[in-house]
Amino acid sequence: MSATTSPADTVSHAAATPEKEQPYAALGLKPDEYLAIREILGRRPTSGELAMYSVMWSEHCSYKSSKSYLRQFGTKTTEKMRKNLMVGMGENAGVVDVGGGWAVTFKIESHNHPSYIEPFQGAATGVGGIVRDIISMGARPVAVMDALRFGNIDDPDTARVVHGVVAGISFYGNCLGLPNIGGETYFDSVYQANPLVNALAVGVLRHEDLHLANARGVGNKVVLFGARTGGDGIGGASILASDSFSAGGPTKRPAVQVGDPFAEKVLIECCLELFQQELVEGIQDLGAAGISCATSELASNGDGGMFIELEKVLLRDPTLTAEEILMSESQERMMAIVTPSKLAGFLEVVKKWDVETSVLGEVTDTGRLIINWHGEQIVNVEPRTVAVDGPVYDRPVTYPTWIDALNADSASRLARPTTASDLKDQIFRLIGSANLADKRWITNQYDTYVLGNTALSFPDDGGMVRVDEESGLGFAVATDANGRFCQLDPFQGAQLALAEAFRNVAVTGATPVAVSDCLNFGSPENPEVMWQFSRAVEGIADGCMELEIPVTGGNVSFYNQTGDVPIHPTPVIAVLGVIDDVAKRIPSGWQDEGNNIYLLGVTREELDGSAWSEVIHGHLGGRPPIVDLAGEQRLADLIRYGNEQNIISSAHDLADGGLAQALIESALRFGVGARVWLGEILERDGVDVATALFSESTGRVIVSVPREDDVKFQGLCEGRGYPALRIGVTDSRDTFELQDVFTASLDELRHAHRSPLADRFGPTIGV
Amino acid sequence: MPVIVVEVMPKAELLDPQGKAVAGALARLGKNQFSSVRIGKRFEVTVDGQVDDALLAEVRELAEDMFSNSVIEDVVSVTVTETAPTA
Repeated sequence: MSATTSPADTVSHAAATPEKEQPYAALGLKPDEYLAIREILGRRPTSGELAMYSVMWSEHCSYKSSKSYLRQFGTKTTEKMRKNLMVGMGENAGVVDVGGGWAVTFKIESHNHPSYIEPFQGAATGVGGIVRDIISMGARPVAVMDALRFGNIDDPDTARVVHGVVAGISFYGNCLGLPNIGGETYFDSVYQANPLVNALAVGVLRHEDLHLANARGVGNKVVLFGARTGGDGIGGASILASDSFSAGGPTKRPAVQVGDPFAEKVLIECCLELFQQELVEGIQDLGAAGISCATSELASNGDGGMFIELEKVLLRDPTLTAEEILMSESQERMMAIVTPSKLAGFLEVVKKWDVETSVLGEVTDTGRLIINWHGEQIVNVEPRTVAVDGPVYDRPVTYPTWIDALNADSASRLARPTTASDLKDQIFRLIGSANLADKRWITNQYDTYVLGNTALSFPDDGGMVRVDEESGLGFAVATDANGRFCQLDPFQGAQLALAEAFRNVAVTGATPVAVSDCLNFGSPENPEVMWQFSRAVEGIADGCMELEIPVTGGNVSFYNQTGDVPIHPTPVIAVLGVIDDVAKRIPSGWQDEGNNIYLLGVTREELDGSAWSEVIHGHLGGRPPIVDLAGEQRLADLIRYGNEQNIISSAHDLADGGLAQALIESALRFGVGARVWLGEILERDGVDVATALFSESTGRVIVSVPREDDVKFQGLCEGRGYPALRIGVTDSRDTFELQDVFTASLDELRHAHRSPLADRFGPTIGV
Repeated sequence: MPVIVVEVMPKAELLDPQGKAVAGALARLGKNQFSSVRIGKRFEVTVDGQVDDALLAEVRELAEDMFSNSVIEDVVSVTVTETAPTA
């Protein structure tokens, strides 16, 4: 417990004692940053100010190493990209017009480091945090999904993290009553001591309900409501996200937070009612850096001044010091700006929802954020210096010394299977490998259909939710990232992630319209990591420009490393799409017998970085597959047009594991077998059988087409100049036959595909 | 047979949603004399044989490592009682 008896470090005391030594280094500030704060203030900071600057200038809150790169997302845009964008980068979450007076807001954010220390609460509060971002835009949260990366599936510590993270996500999301509609899971030893938990949330609102969080209107009240403030996660923002957490840090307080989804559910309904009755000017969620962040950001985005009496914060733990209150990351809290005439109405609504509230202060025109503690001034700063004009670093960037050798070590030297028995053996090893295996052990723990609007979810390529119950208007979302490709080439790897997420949305029948990204990298102080980061951001920005879909927001997570080894660059790309009527969605699996199976796109010898090279040879090297975004666009258009003509009965994206994986997933989705032949692929594309099965060339989709629409479909592909080959036909037998290679029962395939997770982590629920 | 009793509580600084829910229920029942409730766990470990300091130390270690999650919980006591728990 920290002492409560020592007098507050007031502004006047700070001015009078310039020589006092301050623990800035332990709070994560560099000496020059500390000097910059002294220069801004013209004196030493008070301990409260130091607390605020240290958390707000941390990498996590200030984006100091990434800011100069992220600007590309704003500058590399076209008229078309801006057209439907109602709110872009820099707000709590981006908002996109989806037509019919509806808008969709979505964002993906990391909660990596807390999820390693305390997997259950770390992942749970990750969901809670991203959902509050959505609420603060005035939207009703309607879906969540998660992009997860864990260590080697056979490492004993992986089970600890997997069980905790999955249980935490399902606990929080299920209690909140939000469907979890998809995401992805990878296992790789690079994430052993640094799992990635990237949580995405989507919200829906009418255009007129859009709200931005800012503190305007002199005299308006600043109100804190929701859970009480306790000692949760103090210093989490700066110490956890800014440096290696193994170093510990100075705080005796817990570095994690405990979430309460039922409190959050009440908060959702309470906020929506406050918005609906027009009782608030704006609402800001409290996440990293708590009250420090909310007050300084609200003031910066508004009229610039704010006066707060900090002792009015309702506490769960009365021993908290002013500094700790400023830094606390207690969950399920919100800050509202309320005009005095509406305060009574506001208080009535929060009382109805049994939400505790305290009026902390008001908006002023002083241009200063002033915080008092029992009548004494402990903070007096210009809010923009805390929240907006933090340090910006142009970190050194170095081309990695190892990358040329890595790129030269192509998978083309690896032995490829040629005999039928070797091919069959490798197909089974691949579909039963950790990363290609069925993930229902995880996703079955999530509530998928709650709220009753889910049209697609795992294991389909993207999740889809209905927005308008009358018209059927809906959205689709998919997340993707392939860290192995990004390790080989971060620019191309990031574009591959974008292309795959784009394709995953397109195969559901939706039209991709916007992007949110969660950029997970190693330490920005490592120039080689900074090079990876700069290349990946450039890849995403250029790629979005070419596809003409804007990046609407997201987050950057640095310092992801196991020991001194950075993780593979993992820029997770979430693509949002719109569909006029979810009844017209395209399923990912085969459903009827006698449908023709077509492979769209061309197969090249692209085995470098593939799942095949990893699983069969433990190899990573060479160059990732070629990206053709214009081609992806044409492919998406073709699928959408074919769907409008009702001539596509299923569509499934080819990615990790290549054609073999996609075919088997299509069969297992609804238990419909098929007979498939490869001869024409081998002939047209000049590849061998192993390449045809395992190459991860992009721009490829398998679709099934009813026999009566065959001519029409072929005409469509020819007319649009997109390569298409008929490679098989679905049938009613419970078997999958790959001609001249093997025939297996669907049960046998299902067993191989579903066992890996259950074998390690326990039985799958609700199979 | 001797029984070692281990008590584990959520860390004082962290939110205890269970305790908060019970505190809310008490207030709704009109029991306004209580300001807060926190809920922990109690382990009763029956020992086959004698309890000595070494065994107590071992149980304390087990309590820290296994019975509790040291990130969010504290072991608040490890004591011995001679009464066997009712089955």
